[in-house]
Amino acid sequence: MSSQVNRPVEIRWHGRGGQGAKTACLLLAEAAFFSGKYVQGFPEYGPERMGAPITAYNRISDEECSVHSNIYTPDHVVVVDETLLHSVDVLKGMREGGILIINSKKESSEIRQMLGGYDGRLCVVDAERISTETLGRNFPNTPMLAAVVKASGVLDQAQFTKDMKKSFEHKFRTKPEVIEGNMKALTKTMEEVYVE
Amino acid sequence: MSKMKAADINEKITWQDITPGAEIYEPATSTMIKTGEWRVMAPVFKEEKCKQCLLCVPFCPDSSIPVKEGRRGDFDFDHCKGCGICVSVCPFDAIDFVKEAR
Amino acid sequence: MAIRERMSGNEAVATAMRQINPDVMGAFPITPSTEIPEYFSQFMANGQVDTQFVPVESEHSAMSVCIGASAAGARAMTATSSCGLAFMWELLYVAASSRLPLTMAVANRALTGPISIGNDHSDSMGARDSGWLQIYAENNQEVYDNFIQAVLITEAARLPIMVCQDGFITSHGVSNIQLIEDEKVKAFVGEYEPEDYLLNDRNPLAVGPYGTAPYYMEVKRKQAQAMMDAEEIIGDVARRFEELTGRSYGFIEEYRMEDAETAVVVIGSSAGTGKAAVDELRERGVRAGLIKLRVFRPFPAKLIAEALSGVKAVAVMDKTDSFSGNGGPLFSETRSALYDRKERPLMVNYIYGLGGRDVTVDHFFEVFDALGRIAESGEPGETYRYIGVRDAEERRR
Repeated sequence: MSSQVNRPVEIRWHGRGGQGAKTACLLLAEAAFFSGKYVQGFPEYGPERMGAPITAYNRISDEECSVHSNIYTPDHVVVVDETLLHSVDVLKGMREGGILIINSKKESSEIRQMLGGYDGRLCVVDAERISTETLGRNFPNTPMLAAVVKASGVLDQAQFTKDMKKSFEHKFRTKPEVIEGNMKALTKTMEEVYVE
Repeated sequence: MSKMKAADINEKITWQDITPGAEIYEPATSTMIKTGEWRVMAPVFKEEKCKQCLLCVPFCPDSSIPVKEGRRGDFDFDHCKGCGICVSVCPFDAIDFVKEAR
Repeated sequence: MAIRERMSGNEAVATAMRQINPDVMGAFPITPSTEIPEYFSQFMANGQVDTQFVPVESEHSAMSVCIGASAAGARAMTATSSCGLAFMWELLYVAASSRLPLTMAVANRALTGPISIGNDHSDSMGARDSGWLQIYAENNQEVYDNFIQAVLITEAARLPIMVCQDGFITSHGVSNIQLIEDEKVKAFVGEYEPEDYLLNDRNPLAVGPYGTAPYYMEVKRKQAQAMMDAEEIIGDVARRFEELTGRSYGFIEEYRMEDAETAVVVIGSSAGTGKAAVDELRERGVRAGLIKLRVFRPFPAKLIAEALSGVKAVAVMDKTDSFSGNGGPLFSETRSALYDRKERPLMVNYIYGLGGRDVTVDHFFEVFDALGRIAESGEPGETYRYIGVRDAEERRR
């Protein structure tokens, strides 16, 4: 196995083509970049197939990471679409003490059951509800991003909130109403979600 | 820097001296090749029959029919290859086609 | 001050192109370099460049546009990948033999078949004898830096240049990067002022003549010399680039080779993965080292031979196969480079990472394990090997 010294935090994303898991992964890389980290954000590419399972990865570190392989033993796993639990072994290779962060309306007990009695750390985020309440539509990326930051502790939350505000202001400079909605989604998620 | 003349690019030139990519730095260097030597058949200009319609001029693939002040003259036999196209297109039978006599 | 940024390898190349602001870009969008003309089109729409962009119906035409533009006296560029590069084949030779400066970004990707869009080096390695200069990058920073240097190299050498990066792995992977300020890049690359060009009506020029047998070979020999002479140019440009940025680039990068007993030779992003393996092995007391090849054309035979001559066992890694039954292209050339040395290591070849097959730190551990056994026994065994492939023989063992 690779060295434990200065090992980057490794995160694996599971989603479906067209749902924005890759975008969320790149957003996390961006947020980590803003807070001064070395980052990698990369999808596992295949032919573009809407709805097919896709995987994306992040490495986040205080030092430059030269490894260019996929991630097989992630610290944390993010599942953007809970229906993947039926077809993808999302827990595969997850490290001891790692957190599964999943977008779902279900109770955590039900998720654990779906995962064959998973008793590790779990963070359930109802990204659809939060985004509908704050943005008026189902854009799960911002809540998922906020949930990953809070649950994993990979970034300082206050700094993250500040950086994302700047990022949204830049990205949505022609649509200021969206900035506020996204910031609400961000803070609401960080207030609500917890790791059990 | 003075450029190499096309005439200096001949079969004696070394790789050190040949131009990069065999570039040629002069225009119209094809006139240096006397293709008239290839001729097996030769056109003969019969000026008395010629109406100076000049149809033969654009048809000549080797630009071997000189035109001066709107009138064609005799062939440029340094470059005429004797293809006979001018003979075929002439509407007035003003060009004969004969075996080249060297 | 350098600009701290994060972006994909494709965006990094497109950014370099924006900063260089070439006269002409002829491109056909093809995965995964598609993003380069895409980003570049945005820069054009924003008025950030005044390049003449020629959208074409095929890569054959993309390369033809660049050849025409370069012959006319323009600074020309394009980007491609995989079968796109393959479709340029005929024109690659025209560009190189006509001695036309051209900069082409290549996102390395497998050639069909089976049909694949994954990364490997079969596309540009297949073009290794076309007469193009070839520079490869390990990461996004290197592809950006290489691209900027390439413009000066191609123009001074009068040979076209491929700036290669690993398709998807770095072309679509986002990571940190240090950009150079626009005005510094512009000053570094300067204006392109060719001595002779077709649009110069004061000095008429003919390009690409017919070369009959009495001339063809002299022209080729001169082309071969240009490739050899490019070595000095690449070194000079790297020195100037280091003065500008502090980042130094050689033909090869020797990683922990000082006292190495075993070493791998590798090109591209997997060099980074290999370095992590070397670090870990060094912690365990294994004297492992790595040589990353940055410049493949011209091939730095002497440097490689010097770097490897004291090593006991070497694995040369090829991300493509030559189907010679005798090893990949990097292996053949590396082994040949060492033939004249009195002291030379035992050497094996590993074909790896074809068609997007992931290459891990563990793969490198496996290679170094094998090298350790070879060094100890003095027996290389089978020299032509595959790694990361499912193998029934191995399963039985």
